[in-house]
Amino acid sequence: MVTKLKIDGVKCIYCGGCTSVCPVTALTLKEIYIDIDQDTCTQCNACVKFCPVDAISLVQIEGQK
Amino acid sequence: MSGETRDVLGHYMEQQLRKHEPWDVIVVGAGPGGSIAARDCARQGLKTLVIDKRQELGTPVRCGEGLGQVWIKIAGLEYDPSWCLQEMRGAAITLHNGEEIVIETENRGYIIERKEFEKRLAEHAIAEGATYIVKTLVNGVIMDEQGCVAGIKCKNMEGEFEVKAKLVIAADGVDSQIARFAGIRTHVPVTEVDTGFQYYMTNMKIKHPNLIHLFIGNDVAPRGYVWIFPKADDKANVGIGITGWHEKTPKWYLDKFINEHPEYFENASIAELNGGCCPVTNPIKKPYAAGLLVVGDAAHMVNAIHGGGIGNAMEAGRIAATVAKEAVEANDFSEGFLKLYNDRFLEIRGNQLNRVVKVRKFFEKLSDADIESLHSFFKGKENDVLTFSEGDKLKTFASLFARNPRLAVIAAKTLLTG
Repeated sequence: MVTKLKIDGVKCIYCGGCTSVCPVTALTLKEIYIDIDQDTCTQCNACVKFCPVDAISLVQIEGQK
Repeated sequence: MSGETRDVLGHYMEQQLRKHEPWDVIVVGAGPGGSIAARDCARQGLKTLVIDKRQELGTPVRCGEGLGQVWIKIAGLEYDPSWCLQEMRGAAITLHNGEEIVIETENRGYIIERKEFEKRLAEHAIAEGATYIVKTLVNGVIMDEQGCVAGIKCKNMEGEFEVKAKLVIAADGVDSQIARFAGIRTHVPVTEVDTGFQYYMTNMKIKHPNLIHLFIGNDVAPRGYVWIFPKADDKANVGIGITGWHEKTPKWYLDKFINEHPEYFENASIAELNGGCCPVTNPIKKPYAAGLLVVGDAAHMVNAIHGGGIGNAMEAGRIAATVAKEAVEANDFSEGFLKLYNDRFLEIRGNQLNRVVKVRKFFEKLSDADIESLHSFFKGKENDVLTFSEGDKLKTFASLFARNPRLAVIAAKTLLTG
């Protein structure tokens, strides 16, 4: 079981706000999607709280390390 | 065909990148700050390259699109019907109890069409001699042995490139990366940003087609406001900005607002949707490093009360271009030299933006009842609201509010600090 940051592509409006509140620069706004560096992400939750459309969440994924 | 890449894409963008290498200035980001900086750099004879990651300048919109005429003048621009849409003659502010305060002002403005505006600014810069390239992501900076920024690394459909420049201007917006590559922290704590959401709606019934409409109240928009910015008599940006750490999303509050106001929205519909992040904090303390200047939202040069950033970005862009020219002439791109940029920005605008943050901190401590008593101090002199929200005469206002004991305490803790 492993926790990962996940972005719901249907909800995301690629405003880029999450990238500016991320304290470790784990998120990058490419043109119309957000790139997540899971290794850099510290799961601090700042982007989850910020997201204007509730597109970001921390999810439990089974069977992965 | 092993090991060979078929050349089917052409190389025009790469040719453009190499046209005047090494460049005097590379501007990253073709928003208002970047393009005004580029226009002024090119006008002064500097070899200027502008790189933007977007496929189409001006999109996606992340902006309420209000701009005061005073900023159009500061930026050295003129009225242009292609992007100056509806003229605004003031504001109608509605309090939580439904009371409406109308403020008419001499300082007029427009609701602009950002998609056209950014294209026009790019065209102005190109006409002055700047080179532009789009759909190209800058993913790093070149550092020389002395730790000075000496160019950028970028990536597009034609490949990955390193492009050298004497000076880089980072105008890459609130999701700023370039300054971070050079070691400047531009991250904003989630408590110091507002999260925004907006619909562009048509077929509305707009009460005052030439006023911006603001709706405040802790149930309407916690630490923020709902806005209706008319782009025509029946079309408007309908948006909201609220504190970034709230449980509910701004979309939730905006949808509630629309449902509660059929007098505006009964037959209206959505033609566009967008959102964004607005730093409502102090401009970063050091928006420069050796070989680098940071401009606009990337440096948090935003008015913390209304969230406006276009004007400040363009003003900073102009200052950056002046300093760029002086640096090229002196052949000095050291931190010590580029500090000039921040000194000038603080004097012209930055100190004011810092005072506005105090006003924001004052407002966010007020209950709806406090806002009502505050209103009593402004009755008959509604224009003073504008003076106060621009961070001017804070001591005068603090002593005025001192007649109300609760406001006196809040004012002492916020307006009169530091």
